[in-house]
Amino acid sequence: MGNRTPLYEAHLEADAKIVDFGGWDMPIHYGSQIQEHNTVREDAGVFDVSHMTVVDVSGSDAKAYLQYLLANDVAKLTENGKALYSGMLNERGGVIDDLIVYRMDPGYRVVVNCATRAKDLAWMDQQSAKFEVNLSEQPELAMLAVQGPKAIEKTLKVVSESAAKVIRNLSVFQGLQADNNWFIGRTGYTGEDGLELMLPPEYAEDFWNKLLAAGVKPIGLGARDTLRLEAGMNLYGNDMDETISPWQANMGWTLALKDDRDFIGKQALLDEKAAGLEYKLVGLVLESRGVMRSHQKVIFTASDLQGEITSGTFSPTLQQSIAMARVPVNAGSECAVDMRGKAVPVRMVKMPFVRNGQKVYE
Amino acid sequence: MANIPAELKYIASHEWIRDEGNDVVTIGVTDFAQEQLGDVVFVELPEVGAQIAKDDAIAVVESVKAASDIYAPVTGEVIEVNEALADEPEKVNEAPYGEAWFFKVKLSDTAELDALLTADQYEAECD
Repeated sequence: MGNRTPLYEAHLEADAKIVDFGGWDMPIHYGSQIQEHNTVREDAGVFDVSHMTVVDVSGSDAKAYLQYLLANDVAKLTENGKALYSGMLNERGGVIDDLIVYRMDPGYRVVVNCATRAKDLAWMDQQSAKFEVNLSEQPELAMLAVQGPKAIEKTLKVVSESAAKVIRNLSVFQGLQADNNWFIGRTGYTGEDGLELMLPPEYAEDFWNKLLAAGVKPIGLGARDTLRLEAGMNLYGNDMDETISPWQANMGWTLALKDDRDFIGKQALLDEKAAGLEYKLVGLVLESRGVMRSHQKVIFTASDLQGEITSGTFSPTLQQSIAMARVPVNAGSECAVDMRGKAVPVRMVKMPFVRNGQKVYE
Repeated sequence: MANIPAELKYIASHEWIRDEGNDVVTIGVTDFAQEQLGDVVFVELPEVGAQIAKDDAIAVVESVKAASDIYAPVTGEVIEVNEALADEPEKVNEAPYGEAWFFKVKLSDTAELDALLTADQYEAECD
């Protein structure tokens, strides 16, 4: 038996198929992954993401610590609740994890991946030595993501007046505290509008049941993966890891390099850029039948260099296969994927593939 | 629990075989297989007229999760394929023993039928 979230029984009640996910017993789907995917694109769905790791950072050096720890700059969080996406890098510029940091009052809240929890906490602890800072994991918190064009409208019907007031005032990519130690962010991992709510475990099942009664459908981790891939969002461990720098993972936009702030991995990033980047992460679209899968090779007309698919799937919204691939910068765009021994031509596109329910690439 | 109809025959790689008489069999994938695969998005079938040999990989089912080979449970000639699966691959999830049959084979050697698994034997394979 793996770790279980406060909603484990509720998943069984909803006929979930449970799988092991980084040591947690989590719902992969509740019948049909594709229907769940479409529900989030068209209406509203709720994911249990309580397995994710929440760490609160406080103390007089909290800001300075995070400015040293992260490649993006928390100084950009000029008002309470603003959120920032960042990589946490090693000295070589490789990505230890990607995360979201919210500015709280006081301090900051950091949400990192579940599969990387132990090494993240060890690294954060190790780097904190020089700073006046407290790191406090919040393992008991439940975390629900309510996502889709009708997510906010439906959530508003079932939350307390205090929480509703917070939700109505949230701008995109902002998170704020509400009564009873709830924390509500207008963030997500689907490319749709929606919320991520962190709450004490005793509220989780009641909130879940009320959402379902309001017509929000339960969505498994299977659809979470196809939704994030359509949205062009990276998955740690697939699309980047400790050997891959943000330059090679379509995360250049998260690097705050313009001032003299020092952060872990900065020199390696500057050196890599100066030497010339060799690889980049691109989107691929397969216009014929079949499904691209991770680790398949990408081959080029104009070059003998190869690339590799990091994430591939069938896109329910586009009704064809899409993928992310790490490819040589100078190999041109005319390419094919080696699918089970056959070179199948594919089209290289700029991500994301889908935003707010619509195809967005050319 | 997966549905395993008693009147069909099976092979361990999760294909079912229905004896239609006159040396013809219909072949598809089992309920257990579709459940393991998850949502099916493409089915690639053999050509009508193709000569197939027992244990050959002759078709592919792609789900959101993975690509899986379909193996020939018998030797013979493909005489009909279910073209409807091209447009409605989700039928494999909805009706694996009905509308989502894959193809029909004219047997070269009817004795091969004796080596197929019964429902009880197949159920033991699924445990």
